[in-house]
Amino acid sequence: MGKRTVEFSVGVFMVLGMIALVLMALRVSGLSMDDAADTYTVRARFDNLGGLNERAKVSMAGVTIGRVTKIYLDDKWYSAVVEMEINKSMSTLSKDTSAAILTAGLLGEKYVGLSVGAEEEYLKDGDWIEDTQSALVLEELIGRFLFSKAKE
Amino acid sequence: MLNRIADMGRYGVQVIESLGSATLLFANSLMWGGPGSAGFADLVRQIFSVGVRSLSIIAVAGFFVGMVLGLQGYTILVDFGSEAALGTLVSLTLLRELGPVVTALLFAGRAGSALTAEIGLMKATEQLSAMEMMGVDPLKRVITPRLWAGIISMPILALIFSTVGIWGGAFVAVDMLGIDDGAYWGNMQAAVEFYNDVAKGIFKSFVFGWVVTWIAVYQGYASIPTSEGIGKATTQTVVVSSLAVLGLDFVLTAVMFGGV
Amino acid sequence: MATDQPYVSVRNLTFSRGDRLIYNNLSVDFPRGKVTAIMGPSGTGKTTLLRLIGGQLTPDSGTIVVDGQEIGKLRRQQLFELRKQKMGMLFQTGALFTDLSVFDNVAFPLRVHTSLPESVIRDLVLMKLEAVGLRGARDLNPAELSGGMARRVALARSIAMDPELIMYDEPFTGLDPISMGMIVKLIRGLNSALGLTSLLVSHDVEESCSIADYLCLVSGGRVIGFGTPEELLNEGSDEVRQFLRGDPDGPVPFHYPAPDYRQDILSGGR
Repeated sequence: MGKRTVEFSVGVFMVLGMIALVLMALRVSGLSMDDAADTYTVRARFDNLGGLNERAKVSMAGVTIGRVTKIYLDDKWYSAVVEMEINKSMSTLSKDTSAAILTAGLLGEKYVGLSVGAEEEYLKDGDWIEDTQSALVLEELIGRFLFSKAKE
Repeated sequence: MLNRIADMGRYGVQVIESLGSATLLFANSLMWGGPGSAGFADLVRQIFSVGVRSLSIIAVAGFFVGMVLGLQGYTILVDFGSEAALGTLVSLTLLRELGPVVTALLFAGRAGSALTAEIGLMKATEQLSAMEMMGVDPLKRVITPRLWAGIISMPILALIFSTVGIWGGAFVAVDMLGIDDGAYWGNMQAAVEFYNDVAKGIFKSFVFGWVVTWIAVYQGYASIPTSEGIGKATTQTVVVSSLAVLGLDFVLTAVMFGGV
Repeated sequence: MATDQPYVSVRNLTFSRGDRLIYNNLSVDFPRGKVTAIMGPSGTGKTTLLRLIGGQLTPDSGTIVVDGQEIGKLRRQQLFELRKQKMGMLFQTGALFTDLSVFDNVAFPLRVHTSLPESVIRDLVLMKLEAVGLRGARDLNPAELSGGMARRVALARSIAMDPELIMYDEPFTGLDPISMGMIVKLIRGLNSALGLTSLLVSHDVEESCSIADYLCLVSGGRVIGFGTPEELLNEGSDEVRQFLRGDPDGPVPFHYPAPDYRQDILSGGR
C-alpha cells in the first residue's frame, strides 16, 4: 500500500466522519444554527403536571417554539412551577397567554401548549403566565365520571 | 477448600497486577514525545489500519442493523397505529445504544484483535526489544500512535454506523413499507436532540474506543511471546473488551440518560 | 578514559527469574576493542546477560558499568541515550521490522535519531548495506530474505549509528555453513575495521574460537573460565575442557540425577 493511498484514504475517512456528523446535526436532529442562545424565560404555575418532563416541548398551534428547562415545587403554594425557554423569534406573546399541559396523541408524551391572548403588552424575560390549565389525570377523570353516573 | 481460596486469592492478585501494569502502560504511552517518539505520519498510518480497514464491515453492519430495526419496529408500532414514530425509534436506538455499542463490539473483533496480534508478533520476533536497544522507546513508537488511532477512529466509525443505519431504516420504512417520507424524518427531527442524543452517543463511542484500544494494545504488549500466547491474548482482547464495553455502556447510560 | 580499562564491567551480579537463580554473585570484565564470546550450556542465561548489560532487565543486586556509566543508576532517558550512542545488538532472529523494506530497516535508527537530509541517509544506508554485501537487496521485504540475509541486514541496522559496543545474540544458530561463514567474517571484520567491542553469545565452539579474542564460559550462574581460547583449552578446569571438546560425559554428567538404576528397575514401579 503506497504512502499516498494511505494518506488519501485516511483523509476520505475523516471527511466521511464529518459528513456523518453534519447529517446527524441537520437531517436527523433537525438542529438549526440560531436557536441555542436566543431565548427568553417565562414561568407558569400548575396544580398538577401529570408527567411533564424537563426538555418537553413548548408549542403554540402545534409548532414548537421552546422547551421546558426546569421543574420544581414551590414550597409556599405547594404547586408546581415550570420554567420554559421561548425562542426570541416568538417575542410577541401577549401578557394573557394561557398555558396548558397537553398530551401528544392518546398515550404520547406531555408538552406545554400555549394559546395566545388579547392584550397589547407582551411577555418579557422572567414573567409569569397567569392563566394555566393542569394536566388531565386519567384517574381523576374516571373518578369524576363514575361519581356523576352514581348521582343520576 | 483451602486450595480453592488460595487459587481465588492468586487470581485476584493477578487481576490487580495486570490492572496496575495496564494503567502504567496507558500513562506512559498516552502522551507524545520521548526517545524516538512516533510522528504524525505514524498516526495517519495507524488510523488507516485501525479505522479505514474497519470501515466496510462497520458500514455494511450498520445498514443491516438499521434495516432490521425498521422491520422489527414496524411490526410492533403498527399494532398501536403509530408506525409514524418508526423514524424516532430507529434513530434514537442507533444514536444512543446500538451505534456506539455494536460498533465497539465489531471494532474489538476487527481492529482490536488485529492490534493485539500485531503487537504480540512484534514482541515475539524481538522487534520491540530491538527498538529498545536502538534507543527507541517502543511505548512511544508503537503503542502511542495505535492508542490514539483507536481513540480517534472509533467515534467516526460509530457516527458512520448510525448514519448508515438510519438511512437503512429509511430504506425499509419509506421504500419498502410505504411509511410517509415526511413522517419518518419529521418525527425523527422532532424527537432527536443534538446535544442529548447525538453528542452523548459520540461521547459513549469515544469512551469505548479508548477502552477497546487500551485493552488491545495492553494484551499485545503483555502477551507471552509464543504463537500460543499470542492466540490466547487475541481471544482475551475480544472477550475482555466486549465485556468492558457492555458493562461501561450500562454505567454510561445510567449516568447520562438514567436520571431523565 | 584509559583504553586498557574494560569496556563492560560486571560486579557481584545476582539475578533471578521467579524462583530460579540465574546469576549468583557474578563478576566479569569484557575488554575494550576485543571480541569476547560468552559460552555455556543451554539455559544458563547467556542471553539474559546481554539483556542485563543492555539495561532491558534489572539485576537483583550488583552493578554493571558500560564505558564508565553504571546502567542501574541511569534514568530512563539517559539509558535510551546511552543505547542510542554506544550500543548495538543483533538479535537471534534478526528482529527486522516486518512492515519496512530492507532499506527502511537500516534507515530506521538514522531517521529516528538524526535529522540528516534524505540524500545523506541514503548514502549512509547504502554504505552499511555494502559492508554486509546486501546493497542489491535494498528493496526487498524482510519476508523475502533467507535467515542468513536477514541477520546480515540486521547487522547493518545495528551498526547504522556507529556503536562502540555490539552484542550478538546467538548469531550462528540455524544457519547453513555458507551463511555462517559470512557472519563469522563480518563479525571479525567489523571488529577490526571499526574498533568495536564485541560480545558474542553462542554455543558453537568452533566458530566462536575462530573469531573470539577471549572466551568467557558461564555455567550454573557463575564464570567457570575466562581467557583466550588456547589458554582455556590447555589450562582450563575439567568442566571447561569438557565443554570446549564436547565430551558427552565428565564433570557435567550424562545422566540426570536419579536413584540407582538397578534398584529403580527392580522395584517394579512400587
